[in-house]
Amino acid sequence: MAKSRAFDVRRQSGFVFIALSCFVLLYLPIILLVVYSFNAGTSIAVWEGFSWQWYVSAWQNEKVQDATILSLIIATCASLVATTAAVMAALATTRTTKFRGSGLVFAMINQPLMIPEIVTAVALLIFFAMIKVATGYTGLWYLIIAHSAFCIPFAYMPIRARLQGMDLNLEQAAADLYGRPWRVFRRVTLPQLWPGVLAGAMLAFVISLDDVVITEFVKSAGQDTLPTYMLGQLRRVITPEINAISTVLLAISVALVVAFYILSQSKKQ
Amino acid sequence: MSNETQSPHRRWLLLTPALTILTIAAAGPLLIVLVFSFLTPGDYGGVIWKFSADAWFNVFAERDFFDETVSFSDAHLSIFWRSVRLSLLTTIVAFLVGFPTAYFIATRRENRRNMWMLLIMVPFWTNLLIRTFAVMEIIRNEGVLNSVLIGLGLIDEPIQLLFTDFAVTLGMFYVYLPLMVLPIYASMERMDFSLVEAAYDLYASRWRVLRKVILPIVKPGVVAGSILVFIPSLGAYVTPRVLGGGKNLMMGNLIELQFGQGRNWPLGAALSITLLAVVMVALVFYVRSAGSEETPHG
Repeated sequence: MAKSRAFDVRRQSGFVFIALSCFVLLYLPIILLVVYSFNAGTSIAVWEGFSWQWYVSAWQNEKVQDATILSLIIATCASLVATTAAVMAALATTRTTKFRGSGLVFAMINQPLMIPEIVTAVALLIFFAMIKVATGYTGLWYLIIAHSAFCIPFAYMPIRARLQGMDLNLEQAAADLYGRPWRVFRRVTLPQLWPGVLAGAMLAFVISLDDVVITEFVKSAGQDTLPTYMLGQLRRVITPEINAISTVLLAISVALVVAFYILSQSKKQ
Repeated sequence: MSNETQSPHRRWLLLTPALTILTIAAAGPLLIVLVFSFLTPGDYGGVIWKFSADAWFNVFAERDFFDETVSFSDAHLSIFWRSVRLSLLTTIVAFLVGFPTAYFIATRRENRRNMWMLLIMVPFWTNLLIRTFAVMEIIRNEGVLNSVLIGLGLIDEPIQLLFTDFAVTLGMFYVYLPLMVLPIYASMERMDFSLVEAAYDLYASRWRVLRKVILPIVKPGVVAGSILVFIPSLGAYVTPRVLGGGKNLMMGNLIELQFGQGRNWPLGAALSITLLAVVMVALVFYVRSAGSEETPHG
């Protein structure tokens, strides 16, 4: 017993301290941000007592209302489009041998993860400016298409992972019993795939909801989402109202990510 | 519909929506950027469709207004240099903190590891702007850090931390740290600790074990983590804008400037392609070193 106590092969001096500091460092700024959203005063550094007033003022702020609605519309549409496209792409690229052009397909799907966001943002600014001049259309679809594109790889990953772990026998049996392809997909493949689809959609939703850079460059006048509204506000005098908005956005992201985590764990059983 | 012998027809049909969206809103526009970098800037933004290599010339060099002499563009080069320097610094600090953290998680009991990893990943999936803003609140002159230091009597005047290179590096470290921990942890989790034990049996010191046994094994994870932190740092836009203020620009902000106040779209396009090229070089370096790792050694 004394021996095992004396020498632990896994120990490295100072590592536990650095690791625990790392966790504190990671969460301290976020916790402070949340705490000061409940500040009764106008400062984001001096505590003057508890109050809900900044949540109320954010709730009543018309610009915040508009930005929230716009954020939700874009995130919903983009995650639906991206998830649908990702399910189809995953069906085409998994459970198959390497096909001609597969390298190119993977490069295309993962490209939004590799190319700096600012470059894509600038590219879309130029491209959409040309279309805006040509057609005169300045609606929401530019943002929805742009968001769908960078959400595809995030939706694709969990769906692909789920498909790869799935048993082919059931589908094979259904096909042998003369199930039509669409029917086999709906009745056999999709029910098994569902956790992956849901996980992919949630990830896409979070990614769309959080985007600043591409939205900032693509949006037309008056199309502020919550993050671009906040970016604009940071140049002015900052009140805890920004903290209140941030806290709500954080809560949504954390809830969705934890749900995503639970979903992706469930497949392992 | 047998999946193993999927017909090419069906496959490409299924791929059409994803590829169409990605072509319209990701890959295709990049070609337009390349074209724009060879055009003449319009007076109020936009371009005139007339060939010009001025933008590319201006990326690296400038012509003296009076005597037409050509010299390196100090303004741009110093911004490139700052981008590379701060990104490298961010990567190194992220490694120094991320490596022990990944090690810590990998040496926890197996059923607890996922919980610790979730704690690392949750902040990563929250809004980047909000996390940057959280750092800003702490290091502002009226922020928590300065208030605490003044309260303790350690300093009389607030230290100017915001709008410095330090602030930008700290912010990038803070937002990209999970990208370092994740791949290192992934390669460490599979590590066989009997190798470490063997090294101790041969009287290796802890430091030597770390350097000669553990680090070589998890090297692919370290390389992946470094690339994953370096690339987004190099192209960072939000963090230097919020924490660096107007003076401490990085490449992302320089590019934005050409589309805003600068009104020089071709120059902005040329700068974007330059940034893209640097990122591609880093990626190729990564793919090659990851590829050479797979060949068995010994």
